[in-house]
Amino acid sequence: MPTKLLKWSWLAASAALLLAATAQAQITSYDERDRLNTDSHIGKYTGHATNAKEDYRRYCVGCHGELGDGNGEVAQWLDPKPRDFTLGIFKCRSTPTGTLPTDEDLFNTIARGLDRSNMPVWNTFTKQQRADLVAWVKHFSPRFQKEKPGTPIEIPAEPEVTPERVKAGQDVFARVQCWKCHGVEGMANGPSASTLTDDLSRPILPYNFTDGSRPKCGSTDQDIYRIFMTGLDGTPMPSFSDNIKPEEAWDLVFYLRTLQPHNTFNLKERQIAKQLGLKPVNPNAPAQ
Amino acid sequence: MKSHYVRKLAAVLPALVLVCAGAVLLSQKVNAAGGGSITGTVKLSGTAPHMKGIDMSKDPVCSKAHDTNPAKMENVLVGSGDGLENVVLYISQGLTGNEAPSSQEPTFAQKGCMYTPHVLALNVDQKFKVTTEDQTTHNIHPLPDPTAGNIGWNKSQPPAAPPIETSWKNQEVAIPVKCNIHPWMHGWFVVVKGPYATTDDKGSYTIQNVPAGSYTVTAWQEDLGTQTAKVTVAAGSAAKADFTFKGK
Ligand code: HEC
Ligand code: HEC
Repeated sequence: MPTKLLKWSWLAASAALLLAATAQAQITSYDERDRLNTDSHIGKYTGHATNAKEDYRRYCVGCHGELGDGNGEVAQWLDPKPRDFTLGIFKCRSTPTGTLPTDEDLFNTIARGLDRSNMPVWNTFTKQQRADLVAWVKHFSPRFQKEKPGTPIEIPAEPEVTPERVKAGQDVFARVQCWKCHGVEGMANGPSASTLTDDLSRPILPYNFTDGSRPKCGSTDQDIYRIFMTGLDGTPMPSFSDNIKPEEAWDLVFYLRTLQPHNTFNLKERQIAKQLGLKPVNPNAPAQ
Repeated sequence: MKSHYVRKLAAVLPALVLVCAGAVLLSQKVNAAGGGSITGTVKLSGTAPHMKGIDMSKDPVCSKAHDTNPAKMENVLVGSGDGLENVVLYISQGLTGNEAPSSQEPTFAQKGCMYTPHVLALNVDQKFKVTTEDQTTHNIHPLPDPTAGNIGWNKSQPPAAPPIETSWKNQEVAIPVKCNIHPWMHGWFVVVKGPYATTDDKGSYTIQNVPAGSYTVTAWQEDLGTQTAKVTVAAGSAAKADFTFKGK
């Protein structure tokens, strides 16, 4: 009977499929179990991924998604999009471009939140909760199983702000051409600004130094230093560590302060800029 | 119980694979020196797609470099006799997978706000240099597939910057690379194992140092996709494989 034969071959085929499927499932769950052992170390705190499961469900899943792939329920309405943790690519790092962030980097990011995005400030968690969340964030990406974080860049002690340094910082800004994206006055309107896209081909704007917003990866002098030396991976913002020396990097930090609006942290730099009568760099000057 | 079994299997399996691989390796002595080659041409049939001119007016340094020789897109370059340039040919089947990377250190140059070459073929772990000859700042930003094992990065190269020396850890056909400052700049790294070749402006190529054996050769073109051919290489002689891609 052909129908009988058909039935049998169906049965055989489904059995084979089922077998294959369970084998597959077991391999992934084995992998998953390994990943659930992910931990994090921040100072005296040790975070355990599984301890963050509840917090993640309650506070993060709506944006970052059950699978950590950035496809939470509300993600479709957000711009920029929530981070896809499975890729293991992060903006805020103390480590060189192309390397994983340290546990401490993620720990700080979670508390700080990311300005100009829907990523909230999470400063109500205990440090232990945050350490656990770091481990949970890491567990989504196979990169953290295979690689170690990069070695954090070294930041020398911050020197005194002087007019010479502010002036030298402007020369660095001109030489390495930050203005191509950020604009000569730091208003996010350089000649390349309007065409920028992130690694997922979504339009992205450079940081506007003049509108009073906070950098995503921190606002201290050390944070600013770190930002342009390591770059923001996943975005057009490159790393400059090969071409800006540590001394020059501090000069550049001081000059960037002069672009920001009047505040308590940049009084001195703004005063110096005024005394020097500092004008924006000339984009048409030949390269030095 | 069952999961224990799977765990054990997972532990034993790699060892088993290693033993088998070792046996295969021993039985097939790789001798590239006395090896043959694979040679041929890659052509385009039909009309070549139009390569648009590039407006570089946003950066005067770039547009000045092309004063007399206007820049055009380089996705599909057709030379004399319909030869297709920048097609990468590599052996996709038949190698042991244990070939040592090429010891040559090629250069990927930023020149006149274009990439030279537009396509750079490389072995896994083969060193290469990224250089700049331009009086404008570039950022060099390769974008490998993050799930395929290579890790992207993004570095600035201002005028007179020293070369960046690096390599790729995993096979990947192909890794796009771009400059965010000059959005028209895009190129490719094609990372393969074993001997490879890239077609010249006549569409000709020769893959050197191929040990005697039977292989599948793959031809990769960035817009037109891939094609394969089966070849058998006898010791010390040249096997032929021609390819034709269809124009749109
Ligand atoms: C309302 C949506 C939302 C919620 C809730 C949310 N995030 Fe995010 N998160 C984002 C967005 C959007 C980004 C990307 C921002 C950007 O790229 O500028 C992000 C980015 C991140 C990053 C990447 C930082 C980097 O350096 O690239 C981490 C880590 C992170 N979130 C952790 C968390 C954790 C942990 C929670 C829960 C405690 C959480 N987020 C809750 C929206 C959210
Ligand atoms: C190729 C274009 C490009 C160049 C060149 C560039 N930037 Fe950026 N920069 C960006 C983009 C895009 C962002 C925004 C990234 C984001 O919001 O995720 C950014 C962000 C920043 C931020 C804020 C980061 C944060 O945490 O929010 C600072 C500070 C900064 N850039 C400084 C610099 C300095 C200093 C230079 C030159 C040494 C420079 N940039 C060169 C594109 C560029």
